[in-house]
Amino acid sequence: MTTSHAQPASLASVASARTLSQPGTALLGTGLETRGVHAWFGKKHVLSDITLDFAAGTVTALIGPSGCGKSTFIRTLNRMHEFIPTAAMAGEVLLDGKDVYAPGTDVTKIRLRVGMVFQKPNPFPSMTIGENVLSGLKLAQIKKSNTDELLESCLTRAGLWNEVKDRLNEHGGALSGGQQQRLCIARSLAVQPQVLLMDEPCSALDPGSTFRIEETIAELAKSMTIVIVTHNMQQAARVSDYTAFFLSDGGPGEMIEAAPTSKIFSSPQDKRTEDYVTGRFG
Amino acid sequence: MTQTIPTPQKPWQPTKLDRLEDLAVVLASFVLAWLSVQFTGLNGKLGFFISLFFSLLVLNFGFHFIKQGSAAAKDSLLKVLTVMAIVLTLIPIVSILATVVSKGYKGLHWGILTKDMALASVNDPIVGGGLGHALVGTILMVGGALIISFPIGVLTALYLTEIRGPLTRPIRFLVQAMSGVPSIVAGLFILSSLVYPVTKALSGLMGSLALTILMIPTIARTAEEMLLLIPNELREAGVALGGTQWRTVAGVILPAAKSGLVTAIILGIARIIGETAPLLLVTGGGDALNLNPTEGAMGSLPYYIWKAFLTGGTPEAFARAWAGMLVLLAFIFILFGLARYLSGRKVG
Repeated sequence: MTTSHAQPASLASVASARTLSQPGTALLGTGLETRGVHAWFGKKHVLSDITLDFAAGTVTALIGPSGCGKSTFIRTLNRMHEFIPTAAMAGEVLLDGKDVYAPGTDVTKIRLRVGMVFQKPNPFPSMTIGENVLSGLKLAQIKKSNTDELLESCLTRAGLWNEVKDRLNEHGGALSGGQQQRLCIARSLAVQPQVLLMDEPCSALDPGSTFRIEETIAELAKSMTIVIVTHNMQQAARVSDYTAFFLSDGGPGEMIEAAPTSKIFSSPQDKRTEDYVTGRFG
Repeated sequence: MTQTIPTPQKPWQPTKLDRLEDLAVVLASFVLAWLSVQFTGLNGKLGFFISLFFSLLVLNFGFHFIKQGSAAAKDSLLKVLTVMAIVLTLIPIVSILATVVSKGYKGLHWGILTKDMALASVNDPIVGGGLGHALVGTILMVGGALIISFPIGVLTALYLTEIRGPLTRPIRFLVQAMSGVPSIVAGLFILSSLVYPVTKALSGLMGSLALTILMIPTIARTAEEMLLLIPNELREAGVALGGTQWRTVAGVILPAAKSGLVTAIILGIARIIGETAPLLLVTGGGDALNLNPTEGAMGSLPYYIWKAFLTGGTPEAFARAWAGMLVLLAFIFILFGLARYLSGRKVG
């Protein structure tokens, strides 16, 4: 296969154009690791034996076709999985070396340290933009003296400050979809998580908003560990340091391959990964 | 080059001519109905309305069929039926309001809200007494019932929608069964379980408790419906920010359901504010102003109306009863208007 110069850059070249974040360059803890994680809904086994490390200060993209368990997997990382009544799991999720499922663990503390941004923007309708950003402090009962400063820094890091600084007392519902999603990102930043999970954060957004959120991710990666589920392989190539490919052959979802992103897109080890990233299926 | 901006138009709306034609059809129907009353066996108001109904149906259908075809004709047919249904619904409401106002205003006077019936009988001249004691009694007893019922009702709804514990099904069944309890049974229950064995005295508090039994299921069911409308994403978002379930409910879910909860309060009050039977049994039906719910007989507006109708017989007594209804209706309107205003002000 030959590639002419006129064609847009291939995924592999997009991915290798990034400089790989070096794990552990900042004081971010040792990161997040999973050991043999399985998940069930009722009797249905949906996720099988996932062992994956997320080094502190890196961005990891989870890719794979719909229904392969990516979302279920990241929901096990901050214990949102158990929010579904029929859910069950096995294995360990280690945050700074401690299993988040160990008996006696305070689940609210885990969710405070491992924040989450959902697929659909979900600002709290009864609160203003400013109250939305600071809602985590209220919910987790954290006392903060200088909330104005925190408000500005969170909105700035989420790339929304300039658009909303004059309308902090308006309701969040008045914003556009992309702005609402960045508001939700700002909201999860306010409680200062060390890990941020993003479940297809751009799937409901237009390209402009997507671009802003990708910029935000690049900015955030300097100070936290990010795990992002995405169906957009261009996005995975643009934003992530590492990529894990998930696949289900009708049974439970499995992790086929995990490697530095440039490697996944240039020289995948597994035939199925190659087929997926080159668009032959999925 | 100048750019001409066209005037904004609304081509989807009927033109002036269309409106005139529609009006003409309605007028023609009235004429046809009048003629049919004059020249056929139909007579009286009922005859006129029946023939008006059919004239409207036929003339509208025919006119639009000729003008625009069968789809528009069917549309006009349904429009006539809808308007008729609205009129039929409004007739009893307007009739009740008009009767209450026209009969009740005779019983109004300047002292009606400040005087009580301690020194007057229902047959005495109107200005000799008032219903201040009854209004105060209703406010105290309904307020007391609300203070007890609202937390219990909302907590029940939260158990059914948020906790969904093992007792969800039996509790939901119980709430439904309780909403069918006849009000006199609620009164008898308080009478036999509290008044005779414990307090041995009738009081406003007993009235509040009897009303509470009727109010809790209404509030619980309405609040449950309202909480079910809150999208699950908000619950997940709250919990994912490190909130406990209780903090998420208190900080996110209940504020989001605020106007729905106000609806629950309104429906709860509407359920009990006109209740007479349980109050007859357990309040002692006072005629004097009593601000202490725990001691002594306490009057209420429904009791005041009941007593004036039943024990009087003179025009003064009837005027008192109708004035009592007018005050009760006005009070309800003011209360609900206020509740809507307060709940609608902030949430956008």
